[in-house]
Amino acid sequence: MTELHGWGRYPRLAAVVSEPASPFDCSASLAAGRPLIARGMGRSYGDSALGANVLSTRRLDRFRAFDTGSGELACDAGVSLDEILRVALPRGWFLPVTPGTRFVSVGGAVASDVHGKDHHVNGTFGAHVREIELLLGNGERVAASPTHNADLFRATCGGMGLTGVILGVRLQLRAVASSEIVQTSRRLPGLEALLAALDTADASTYSVAWLDTTDAAGRGVLLSGEHAPDGTLEVPQRKSLRVPMDAPSALLNPWTARAFNLLHYRRAPARARQDRVGLLPFFYPLDGLADWNRLYGRGGFLQYQFVVPREPGPRALREVLDTIAASGETAFLSVLKKFGPANDHLLSFPMEGYTLALDFKATPGVFALLERLDAIVLAHGGRLYLAKDARMSEATFKRSHGCWEQFEAVRERWHATGRFASAQSRRLGLA
Amino acid sequence: MNILVLGATSAIAQATARLWARQGHALFLLGRDTGRLSLIAADLRVRGAVSVGHARFDAGALTDHARMLDEAVAALGGTIDVALVAHGSLPDQQACERDPALALQALEVNALSVISLLTLLANRMEAQGRGSLVVIGSVAGDRGRQSNYVYGTAKAAVATFLQGLRNRLHGRGVHVLTVKPGFVDTPMTAHLPKGGPLWSTPERVAAGILAALRRRADVVYLPWFWAGIMLVIRLVPERVFKKLRL
Repeated sequence: MTELHGWGRYPRLAAVVSEPASPFDCSASLAAGRPLIARGMGRSYGDSALGANVLSTRRLDRFRAFDTGSGELACDAGVSLDEILRVALPRGWFLPVTPGTRFVSVGGAVASDVHGKDHHVNGTFGAHVREIELLLGNGERVAASPTHNADLFRATCGGMGLTGVILGVRLQLRAVASSEIVQTSRRLPGLEALLAALDTADASTYSVAWLDTTDAAGRGVLLSGEHAPDGTLEVPQRKSLRVPMDAPSALLNPWTARAFNLLHYRRAPARARQDRVGLLPFFYPLDGLADWNRLYGRGGFLQYQFVVPREPGPRALREVLDTIAASGETAFLSVLKKFGPANDHLLSFPMEGYTLALDFKATPGVFALLERLDAIVLAHGGRLYLAKDARMSEATFKRSHGCWEQFEAVRERWHATGRFASAQSRRLGLA
Repeated sequence: MNILVLGATSAIAQATARLWARQGHALFLLGRDTGRLSLIAADLRVRGAVSVGHARFDAGALTDHARMLDEAVAALGGTIDVALVAHGSLPDQQACERDPALALQALEVNALSVISLLTLLANRMEAQGRGSLVVIGSVAGDRGRQSNYVYGTAKAAVATFLQGLRNRLHGRGVHVLTVKPGFVDTPMTAHLPKGGPLWSTPERVAAGILAALRRRADVVYLPWFWAGIMLVIRLVPERVFKKLRL
């Protein structure tokens, strides 16, 4: 038995972990007959890669093929986006969509149907997946694509590993001419100004805003970017600092949060400014500090990410900020982003509207606050991101993810029912 | 460079081959499981190797070794610059204590086959007047312990053989490198409890092998601190050592 946790370090659960050495060996883990959940690099925040029986994909780390002419790349599910970057960038190819860390596995990126700063232009990761190789609950290996076994494909992208074990992925990379980004940054004094600026930033390929939730007005900094049209295709060095131990849980408190957020705001220019920055600091600012999740102390933290539709969006966001302020709880780091249209993947998170991600220390007061936030999000027709979730109730899930019954039907059809389960899927009432 | 990897499905060999692939070398892989070899070959091609061939190799089939090496070297274009000998298996010590046939089989895989291959490779490199022989040994070969002395015996035999080979080939342009990894987190050690400062990764060991090759080292412990640990272990008098539970 091994104690495992997600990136938020809450909850912690004991698991029997198998580590198959190749895709050929994965069916042995299945043969034990107990429900199983695949786990990549443990970067989902909550309990979606936790369970009594865990199949680690860390040794499924081989590339299969890379056509440097067309940018189509095939690899095992355990290959990390970092490895892909290192192989592809020198040849002029970049990830089609990237989340805020490059230390996730390809399988995890598919299972969470991750999005990036370019969702309004490029959609989710799954939109660029040509084919998935999946190990089903009956031991069969099948391929699924948008046109072949399409129901399985639509359930697997965003399906949190509950349709089977993703063994391999074939995806289309994006051509780039440079490993640099032309970044525009600008600070804005309040939420309404920030939302208006996000609207104009729709014209940029990448856009995201950092929001200061310790400030009553909701000031923030808008970042947008484009791939530089020229420059080198150098692979950046891997050097990063590391948080060596669990910080005392008092390190992050309302005062340090206020100071940190104020400093971040003040450092940003009052008028739009352009800089050329490297890919890594632009896309992965937190990857420069390894194990940063330990800053929250032994008790861990909760990341709360929700999306609300565009129309009631600004009102919902204001309501959320006011509710947090009234609760006395502090969100240390908050990121706001405007999504483009939803896709047809059954449990995929994004929908057209606004998404806000908030980091809270895992305390009883925060759990109570998040229940109140759930009610606001649901009332406005929004939903929560399963890859971040560690505590949503079954009722909240089933009300907000309208396709859950369809998802269960696909799982039943493809022999997944009762064969794949995580701590999260049990909490959410999936069979 | 033209590089031959024996036991290419081992985790350390694979990690080392990945570093060579990134540098754009030509590789030929030998191993028992051709299905897995072809997966590894595809991976190394994507990572930048100019060419990757592979063939099945049975360490126990000693009489096939010469033919198999001839074919592998021919596939590399006739010469080889580096041969990494990484095949082996961690035998079940207690089973070997019960059954001499198992003990001898462990010696055949981990010692006899290695000596056979090294003899052939050494002669080939001596004729070329250049080349590096890199052999994965183990700290287990530095002193016999009750927990794994059959494996340790094989590794000790190989280490002594390599000393002689190094001595013989000195001045002939051939470099002989003995690599002694400590505890490495690989599928071979999957049954052992892991974690703690003594455990290393195949990637770290691989980087150490490339560094040792560059400076033409003779014997290298990986990570480096195992040199100190094994020095202490070798210095313990036998009358004390025999009472220890290691």
